[in-house]
Amino acid sequence: MERIPILRMGDFLIISIQVDMHDRMAMTLQDDLTNKIIQTGAHGVLIDISTLDMVDSFIGRMINIIASMSRILDAETVVVGMQPAVAITLVELGLTLSGVRTALDVEKGMELLRAATRSRRAEAEEREDGSVEE
Amino acid sequence: MSGSKTTDLAEILSKHEKGLLDDWLGELIVEAKAGRGTLRENELRDQCREFLNLLLGAAKAGDFTNLQSKAWTPVREMLANLSRSRGLQGYSPSETATFVFSLKKPIFARIRQEFADDARSLAETTWAATELLDGLGLFTTEVHQKAREEVITRQQQEMLELSTPVVKLWEGILALPMIGTLDSARTQIVMESLLQKIVETGSGLAIIDITGVPTVDTLTAQYLLKTVTAARLMGAECIISGIRPQIAQTIVHLGVELTGIVTKATLADAFAVALDRVGRTVTRKAARS
Repeated sequence: MERIPILRMGDFLIISIQVDMHDRMAMTLQDDLTNKIIQTGAHGVLIDISTLDMVDSFIGRMINIIASMSRILDAETVVVGMQPAVAITLVELGLTLSGVRTALDVEKGMELLRAATRSRRAEAEEREDGSVEE
Repeated sequence: MSGSKTTDLAEILSKHEKGLLDDWLGELIVEAKAGRGTLRENELRDQCREFLNLLLGAAKAGDFTNLQSKAWTPVREMLANLSRSRGLQGYSPSETATFVFSLKKPIFARIRQEFADDARSLAETTWAATELLDGLGLFTTEVHQKAREEVITRQQQEMLELSTPVVKLWEGILALPMIGTLDSARTQIVMESLLQKIVETGSGLAIIDITGVPTVDTLTAQYLLKTVTAARLMGAECIISGIRPQIAQTIVHLGVELTGIVTKATLADAFAVALDRVGRTVTRKAARS
C-alpha cells in the first residue's frame, strides 16, 4: 500500500503530500503521524501540500484533524504551500482551518516553527527562573 | 412549378445584370446621401458588383428556398463580411439591411417588364424574389447583431481585466485596488488573480483597498471575507483598507463580522502596518545643511 513518508528534521517532522491523497491514505497518514510524534517527541509538524491541486471535503477535514491531533500531542502544525484553487475550494466548503497555522512555502513554514519553539523555550526558561527564585 | 420560377428569376438576373447594378447603385447612393454617406461610391460599386455576381452564381446553381445550402455559401460569406465591417463602422442594423433590401425595387421593375402580360408568372416570380431577398436581408441583420454582441463581450472582458490589477507595493507586500461594484463573476476573478499573485511573488501580505467600491452589501462583505480566509489558508495575511464612513456604518448595520481581519481607513495606514510586519520603517532623510 502507498504511504506518505514522514521525514524527521531536527525537532520537526516534515510531511510532503505529492500524490492525490485518497481517503485510505489519509487515515494511514493520521496513524503514522501520531505514532511518529510520540516516538520522536517532535515539537513541530510541517505539512507541505503545494502539489495537491484538488481537495474534497473529506481531505479538507483530514488536514484539519491531523493538525488538531498534532497540536494535542504538543507539536505546532504549519500547513504550507496551499494552491489558490484548493484555498478557494476549502473556503467554499466552509472549512477555514481556523486553528491551523499556514505559510506560503516550506522555508517560511520552517521559520514559523522555529519562532514558535523559540518562544516556547523562552517561556519555559522564564518559568524555571521563577521557580528558582521562589 | 416553383423550380421554373426560380430559373426565370436567374435568367432575369443574368439578362439585366448591368441595368440592375446601375439602378441598385442609384438607390443606394440616394439612401447613403440621406443617411450618413460615409461609404465611398467606388467601394459601394465594388461591393454591389461582387454581390450581384455571387447572387447570380448561386441562383443558377441552386434552389432558392434553402439559403443554408452549399450553393449560397459564397453569398452568405460575402454578406457576413460586409455587415460585420459595417457593424464595426457604427452602422445601424437597418442601414446595413438596406444594402440588400434596396435591390428589391430594381429587380421587381425588371420582373414586371419581363412578365408584363403574364400576371401569374409575375406574381410567382416576384414572390420568389421577395423571399430570397428577405432571407438575405435578415441574414445581414443577424450577422450585424452578432458582430455588435462580440464587441460588447470583448469590452466586458477587457473591463474585467482592467479593473482587477494586483500591484506589488514592496518586497512581500501586494495591493489590490478594487474599483466598481463587486458581483460574483468579478469577485471570482479578483480572488483568483490575487491568490495567484500571492503564489507567484511569495508575498506574505496583501492589502485589499476598497476605496473605489461604491457600496458594500452582505454579499460583497461575504466575498471579502472569503478572499481573506482563502489567503490566510495559503499563508498570507490580508489587510482591508479604504473603508469610507458610510461603508463602515453599513457593515456594522448589516451585522457583518469582520473580526480577525485587520482593517484600516486608508491605504497609507495599511501600508504602514504592512511595512511594520515585514520589519521595515520609513524615515525622513536627514535635513541637508
